[in-house]
Parts: sequence; C-alpha cells; structure tokens
Amino acid sequence: MIEFESVSKRFDDGTMAVEDFSLVLPSRQTTVFVGSSGCGKTTLLRMVNRMVEPTSGRVLIDGEDVAGRDKVQLRRSIGYVLQAAGLLPHRKVVDNVATVPVLTGTAKAKAREAAYELLDTVGLDRALGKRYPAQLSGGQQQRVGVARALASDPNILLMDEPFGAVDPLVRADLQVELRRLQQDLGKTVVFVTHDIDEAFLLADQVVILKKGGVVAQAGSPAEILAAPADDFVASFVGADRGKRTLHLRDGDGGGKGRTIVVDGDGRPIGVLADGPADGAR
Amino acid sequence: MLDWTRANLDLVRELTINHVQLAIVPILASFVLSIPLGWLANRNRVLRAVVITGGSLLYTIPSLPLFVILPILIGTRVLDSLNLVVALTIYGVAVMARSAADALASVDRTTVEASTAIGYSPFGRFVRVELPLAGPVLLAGIRVVAVSTIALVSVGVIIGSQNLGYLFSNGKQRGILEEVVVGILMSLLVALVFDVVIVLLGRVLMPWNRPGRAGRKRAGLVADPATGGPAVPAPPKLDKADAGVGGGDA
Ligand SMILES: Nc1ncnc2c1ncn2[C@@H]1O[C@H](COP(=O)(O)OP(=O)(O)OP(=O)(O)O)[C@@H](O)[C@H]1O
Ligand SMILES: [Mg+2]
Repeated sequence: MIEFESVSKRFDDGTMAVEDFSLVLPSRQTTVFVGSSGCGKTTLLRMVNRMVEPTSGRVLIDGEDVAGRDKVQLRRSIGYVLQAAGLLPHRKVVDNVATVPVLTGTAKAKAREAAYELLDTVGLDRALGKRYPAQLSGGQQQRVGVARALASDPNILLMDEPFGAVDPLVRADLQVELRRLQQDLGKTVVFVTHDIDEAFLLADQVVILKKGGVVAQAGSPAEILAAPADDFVASFVGADRGKRTLHLRDGDGGGKGRTIVVDGDGRPIGVLADGPADGAR
Repeated sequence: MLDWTRANLDLVRELTINHVQLAIVPILASFVLSIPLGWLANRNRVLRAVVITGGSLLYTIPSLPLFVILPILIGTRVLDSLNLVVALTIYGVAVMARSAADALASVDRTTVEASTAIGYSPFGRFVRVELPLAGPVLLAGIRVVAVSTIALVSVGVIIGSQNLGYLFSNGKQRGILEEVVVGILMSLLVALVFDVVIVLLGRVLMPWNRPGRAGRKRAGLVADPATGGPAVPAPPKLDKADAGVGGGDA
C-alpha cells in the first residue's frame, strides 16, 4: 500500500506542482493518475521513489516513510517505466532487462537467463535480446522497459505515460498485455496518463487530477462514470458530450435480430448479451 | 637510392620504438587525467570555466621554456626523458580536459535520469552509464591528442630525447635529404598507426555505436517492414515455440 499524506511540492523556481495531496493506493491494484499536462502527475509518481522530494507531507510504503529509506536501495526495489522507455543505449536488450538484478549482486549469467524469461513474459522474441535498443521499434522498446521494471520482482511498478509515444494500435496491444500481466503478477501499479480511455481500461482506481495535483475525483471507473463529482469530471470523461452514453436498439431482421448497443451518435458499437459479463470485477 | 636508409635501418627502428614509447604514456595519462577534470567541469559553471580556461592557458605555454622549467619544478635532471613525458602530458590534458567536459555534457539527460531512477548509485552511474556514453566524443578528443602528441615528441630532440625528431635535425645539419624525409614519413606512419588503433579500440569497446550496423540488422530482422511497426505478432503473447528462437545464449 502506498499512502500520500498531505504532500506538497514547490520547485526551486517557485512552481507549486502539488498542493496538499492525500490519497491511499491499495496494494495489488492499479491506480491511474489522469489529468492534463502539467497538473503534477509525474511529480506525484516520482515522489514514490524519491526522484522528487516533497516540500512537506509524507509518502509511505506499507506504513514506512520513504524519506527514511536509502534512495538507491528504494529505487532498486521499485520498478519504473518511463515514457521514452529510458533504456541504456549501450547495453544489449537482455542486459538492459538484467540491469537491476546485476546491480543488486545477482550473477550475470543468472540475471541474463531470468531476463530472457522476462522477454517471453512481455511478449518479445528472445532473439531481440541480443540487439541494442536503437535496433527495436518504439513498441518493442516499451516492452523492454516493462520487462526491465519487472526484473527485480518489485512489489510496486511506477509507469509514467509508458505508452504515450507509440502508435494507437501498438498502444492497444500494450494495454491489453499490461492488464494480463497485472492479473498474473498482482503488482501495486501506479500509472500516469492523460488519456482517460487508457485510465478506464487499466485502472482499479482512477484519480482525476486538476492543476496543482488537486483531486477532482477518485474512484473506480464505474463510480466515476455513474456519478461524476462535478462538471470538470463530467467534461473530462466526456460524459457531457454524450461520448459515454450508450443506447439499446432492437436489431432489424423481422424480430429475429438481437438488441444492439449504439453510442451517442447512434453508431452501433456492439450487441447485448444475456446475463452479466464474466469479467466483471 | 635509399642508401642512407639501408645503412641506418637499426637507427630508424630504435628511434621509432623510442618515439612510440615516449608518445604512449602522455596519451594514456592525458586521457585518464582528463576524465575527473571533465567530471569537475560539469559540476557547475565556475568549475567549468576554470577547467576550460585553465586548459587553454596551459596549451599556450611555449614548449621550450617548459622544457627548461620542468626540471626545476619536478626535480628531474635536465636531459631526463621524463621531462618530455610530463610536458607532453600537460599539453595533452590541456586539449583533452575540454573534450572530456564536452563528452560528458553530450550524454543524453533522459538516459542519465532513467539510470538514476532505476537505482544506479551516482558513482556507478558515472562509470557504467555516463562514461561509456561519452565514449564517441572522448574518442574524437583522444585522436586529436594522439596525433599532436606524436608530432610534439619530435621537439624533444632539443632536450636530448632520442626519437624520430633526431632524423630531421641530424639530416638537416648534415644535409642528408633522405634522412629528413624518412623522419617525416616515419612520424606520419606512427601517427597513422596510432589513429587506426584508437579507432579500432573504439569499435571494440563501443559496439552499439557502429555506424550502419543498426540499419543493416533492422532491414534483415524486423517482421513488419511495411509499417515499420513492431516485430511482435498481433496477439501479443507469444507461445513457447516462438519465444524460444535464438535462446540459449545465456
Ligand atoms: N524540476 C522542475 N522544476 C520546476 N518546475 C517543475 C519541475 N518539474 C515539474 N515542474 C512543474 O511542475 C508542474 C507539474 O509538472 P509535472 O511534470 O508533474 O506535470 P505532469 O502532470 O506530469 O505533466 P505532463 O502530462 O505534461 O507530463 C508543471 O507546472 C511543471 O512545469
Ligand atoms: Mg509527466
């Protein structure tokens, strides 16, 4: 569990990036910070691994203040995936993945073996392990970034717009895969995005942020959709534009047709099935 | 033709070996010494100014007075070849410190930040991330230092150093053109060999930096040439059979 206790951050130049932010991020769940550019998402995320130190307030991991932990050790114990993957260009892919275990003293051969298995886990061909990062596509680099973050088997995974730089199709793949990984591995994931659809897709808890790290609303996607806290949230999730409003319409076909679901503009997007969804959580 | 050369092969060989030995130490020493200076220069603006300006000033010291002063400063004998080595190291550092400062500043900030974020200690990050990534610019700097050091070694004949420079001065004194030419050619050859060795070392030590390599590999291996998209099949999870390709390297 990660707790933010009235955390504020004022940067040296006077920018108040986050003001009095408090939130509990439950263990083994995915919390997504979503909000427009500059609202303080990255700042919040980086306070967890002490890349940014709060000006006031505390960040606790399982009840322990991170300020009391050794920075280097803390960072090695937390997986971090950056927007531009942040891979080391002079290391082969497999060595990038093995970085943290090697830093913490695992024998190189053993760490590499584990790294190859992680390439399987994130859906990369093992042959790519011998390449340098520059020889991979953006989507592949992102997967390597995820594999590297998983390599030390951390409890916490910080992801800062990890899929922001890849094209929409690849992003959709990566999102689906992250969901699968999360189901298998049960990490405490903190994910930052400014894409509300991505937030709804991945989150157990969505945190919609306004400028200065002000929480506009926090809750499950269902809660937020069912009852947007205010106009800001309603407009942010697109509820005001009818974007999320779906209607049922009887299909044509002389009474044999199924009930179809249409969006706010009347475009069909699916059919209504009998019974509840089995993936419901 | 080549009478002088044929008669003096041993002399030429001996002088060449000596020349190489005199050049290697200052080149290595200026490389090693410039790294901490380059690190210092990137701490803050004042230190940067000190290192860069200091380097330029050192380089403007004329070599002859330096040869004269050095024995007094470091307590060597006037004709000691150590004087030459120290003087050449000073000139080498003067050039290389700036290169090292630039090289370390050229390293991508995001990569450095990323390595901090995943848990490199400051020292580990410097040695294993910043230094190797500064490699290409360091290499360019040390090539310049190598060539200029090899040229400067010749000046050492003034203080009695036995190197290829002896062939110029002796040849000129005695009016043997061939001796002068051989001296020049051998210095050029030594400089060329040093340069090639440094470039090859760079290739071996920085395999990620090999030009053209990325392009070739990519063309051969990427599964999705049309869009330049990922080589990953559409259903993201590969089964074991696919995933095993190219394994067994660990
Ligand atoms: N090192 C810094 N020094 C000064 N101001 C900073 C620094 N880092 C961030 N800021 C400022 O703090 C605010 C929040 O920045 P932050 O990076 O957390 O935003 P973000 O929500 O991640 O935005 P984006 O979606 O664009 O990544 C911004 O106004 C930003 O300009
Ligand atoms: Mg950000």
